Amino acid sequence: MPEFETVIGLEVHLQLSTETKIFCGCANLFGREPNTLTCPVCLGLPGSLPVLNKKALMYAIKAALALNCQINSYIKFDRKNYYYPDLPKGYQISQHDLPVAHDGWVMIPASGSFKKINIKRAHLEEDAGKLIHDTFLNCSLVDYNRTGTPLMEIVSEPDLRSPQEAYDYLTTLKLILQYLDVSDCDMEKGSLRCDANISIREKGDLRLGTKTELKNMNSFRAVKAALEFEEIRHQKLLSSGQKIIQETRLWNDEKAMTISMRSKEDAHDYRYFPEPDLVPFTIDEAALQEIKRSVPELPREKFERFLKEYKLAEYDAQILIQNQELAGFFEQCAAFSVETKKVCNWLIGPIQQELNSRGAKINSLQIQPQELCDLIKKIEDGVLSNLVAKDVLKIKLDTGKTIDAIIRERGLTQICDDGTLENLIEEILNENTQVVEQIKQGKESAMGFLVGQAMKKTQGKANPKKIKELITRRFHNA
Amino acid sequence: MNLNQLTAHELIDHLKSKKTTPSDIYTAVVKEIERLDPKVKAYLRLTKNKPAFDSNSRLDFPVPISIKDNICIKGEEITCASHILEGFHPSYNAAVIEKIQKCGGILVGQTNMDEFAFGSSTENSHFGPTRNPWNLECVPGGSSGGSAAAVAAHEAIWALGSDTGGSIRQPASFCGIVGLKPTYGRVSRYGLIAFASSLDQIGPLTKDVTDNSLLLNIIAGHDERDSTSADVSVPDYTKSLINDVKGLKIGIPKEYFIEGMDPQVKNAVGEAIEVLEKKGAIFKEVSLPHTEYAVATYYILATAEASSNLARFDGVRYGIRCQPKNSRKGSIVDLYEETRSVGFGKEAKRRIMLGTYALSSGYYEAYYVRAQKVRTLIKNDFDSVFKEFDAIVTPTSPTTAFRIGEKAEDPLAMYLSDIYTISANLAGIPAISLPCGFSKNGLPIGLQILAKPFAEEMLFRIAYSYEQSTPWHTKRVSINA
Repeated sequence: MPEFETVIGLEVHLQLSTETKIFCGCANLFGREPNTLTCPVCLGLPGSLPVLNKKALMYAIKAALALNCQINSYIKFDRKNYYYPDLPKGYQISQHDLPVAHDGWVMIPASGSFKKINIKRAHLEEDAGKLIHDTFLNCSLVDYNRTGTPLMEIVSEPDLRSPQEAYDYLTTLKLILQYLDVSDCDMEKGSLRCDANISIREKGDLRLGTKTELKNMNSFRAVKAALEFEEIRHQKLLSSGQKIIQETRLWNDEKAMTISMRSKEDAHDYRYFPEPDLVPFTIDEAALQEIKRSVPELPREKFERFLKEYKLAEYDAQILIQNQELAGFFEQCAAFSVETKKVCNWLIGPIQQELNSRGAKINSLQIQPQELCDLIKKIEDGVLSNLVAKDVLKIKLDTGKTIDAIIRERGLTQICDDGTLENLIEEILNENTQVVEQIKQGKESAMGFLVGQAMKKTQGKANPKKIKELITRRFHNA
Repeated sequence: MNLNQLTAHELIDHLKSKKTTPSDIYTAVVKEIERLDPKVKAYLRLTKNKPAFDSNSRLDFPVPISIKDNICIKGEEITCASHILEGFHPSYNAAVIEKIQKCGGILVGQTNMDEFAFGSSTENSHFGPTRNPWNLECVPGGSSGGSAAAVAAHEAIWALGSDTGGSIRQPASFCGIVGLKPTYGRVSRYGLIAFASSLDQIGPLTKDVTDNSLLLNIIAGHDERDSTSADVSVPDYTKSLINDVKGLKIGIPKEYFIEGMDPQVKNAVGEAIEVLEKKGAIFKEVSLPHTEYAVATYYILATAEASSNLARFDGVRYGIRCQPKNSRKGSIVDLYEETRSVGFGKEAKRRIMLGTYALSSGYYEAYYVRAQKVRTLIKNDFDSVFKEFDAIVTPTSPTTAFRIGEKAEDPLAMYLSDIYTISANLAGIPAISLPCGFSKNGLPIGLQILAKPFAEEMLFRIAYSYEQSTPWHTKRVSINA
């Protein structure tokens, strides 16, 4: 069997989170009553005309800049003609030969280093409506709320060489786009969608093989799975001397396989031509510079800076930058001169857990950077044990009270007083005579059990280090 | 004279001197429609929402107006004279309707047209042809034939039409009235059901030049809802009604005086030029070298855009819906095919096919792209003439109104009747048609004047000067009911 090389290119559709739709004033919202967010324009009623929402164009340029694209100074819209009930005008307003941007790139992680994936083009278009197949009524219904949602299509070059690289490209892209705050990038809501093109060729061959286009993947995991399935299907076909048919295939998540939808012969002739209802737009340098200034520090830059500025471990930095707000919170904490490693551990540990369980964002939690630093300081000073500190955090997030108030009200200060602890140890030794015997006979590891009992009795308030010290001293002095 | 036979500006004078009331005028118009329209068939329907006459209202123009059936009026059925749209009631008003209502205009009814404005005779209406008031055996021209015939027959005081390749000017010419196609972008297209978006413009059809300038005053202006509408200030066009053409330089394009032109048309236009010359205008022959490509260019671009604009009529959301017998259950393609087969008339289908072909992969470069290039050349032709000249005069149409059915089976002959009007749409420039005589058979002849973009004032000035020296606009048609 010859050695094959896989070639993948991805088309990502991104819904832009502008307040209103791309060509009319309707609200751009998800999950409303069907057909309530519509007007003559997005319904394509006869006589209505589109007007470009400049915000959508700005968002698209911002995203394109973050993807290192060249921005076209002169852009126009085109009509892509095809019939489908979710497309009320019988054409989609899209961009054909003068898109918003072209020739960009992103760096994806690749075996401890980075690989550059080129982006061919990025253009703006309008989203279509949604067909709902009602099996009970045995008919199809159309919801036009989504019609006219601004969509940005980002087309990669066929630079990806494995399903894993495709997956990494998507996660990298998504993180960059999330940083820009131009989309909520939620695949479940359909605000980020991905179609994939895949072909294989014998290693060393520079020509591209016959490709298939894959649709209907509803998660990054599904994109990867569909590509893996298709990669093997192509390899089997070629190895057995058969040909690949150029076609569009649908991923079936339940059956975990791709199924042919239409062949190239059935492909649409979209009859693109310039949209006469919209005038071409020029993007002047001043506007471009202003958008450039609005592009924040991007994940990879932030990662590099965190390593350098805060001396974080790569692993820690990598986790922090996955969440732009968390990273920002981290930097605010770091300004309070606590040990950054400890702040990081708290953020990617307990705080992250709380965020997950609460489904919340850090900036909506009832804790300020200074307060987290105080909490960490209280552990350093021996006022709180790590365990109790975690409880304090929970209470803090639930009630919003100050840390000192929580400690006071619940009497959570760590017990460090030697006298009190000695009495406690006395009690425990008396209650666990068997264990005491074992230790005396040399099973020193059983001392840990006694420490645990002390912690239990004090609901974690005892200073474990001190307890251990006192217990050890007892046996060794005896 | 009956009220309905007056012009809008005469009626305004009557209203000001309290000689009449808006209600009387409206009643006179409706009565005339009831009397004559069974013969002329200018209207598809009268508006359902009847006007309420408030004696206290002090509006500028409480004058009845008739509207071509491709301009949306909230709550009134609109069909574009097509079967496919039957039963559709727009939920909103076109920009021009808003403007008309704002100054008190009273919407009388909606006028017949060629289906989706595809035609030059109003024979392509699903609801039957309109007749020319000057000779009921003849066509009124098209596609705004209903509006032109209504005004000429005094079934309307004035009317709105739309002009994509001559659809206001050619019927104005055939019916002996004044019709203006404004500069592209001068009037908002919001609410005009599109034929060819880059060529369509709404414009006035009136009994004289003064009325035309008044109605343009009302409907012109920038509209944020139409991205192609121009943000250019609107002058008071009545100020350009100046009876003076002394020193104006007017071009006569040699390419327009060609074979196939009716000699009576040629004579009438020649006499019109003499009239203006006597008044001091300076005429000179000019050249618009790409004229011979205008019709071909137009029929590629206009049909390409139309094929896409008409895609939305698919039976899913409004208008008629047809499912063939024995259709595969629930097949959406069957529904599209049957609805469009039943819903569209012959000419609409022809243009959808032409346009689809011109845009198809493999043909796009050779047809659409090439036609766009020629369009630029045609525009350049005009630009260079207007560097030196204030206006251009031509006939509006090579012939007078032809007989119903005469060209119905010969689309190419029909397309050629727009030969003098098409270029203005391709170039985006304003053009006016006004009566300049009659044929031996008593059919009106039209004179076309063209000017550079946003120079409607120049058109009105020349047209008004001509009108002041000639009797044509005072000729009234008389039809026995």
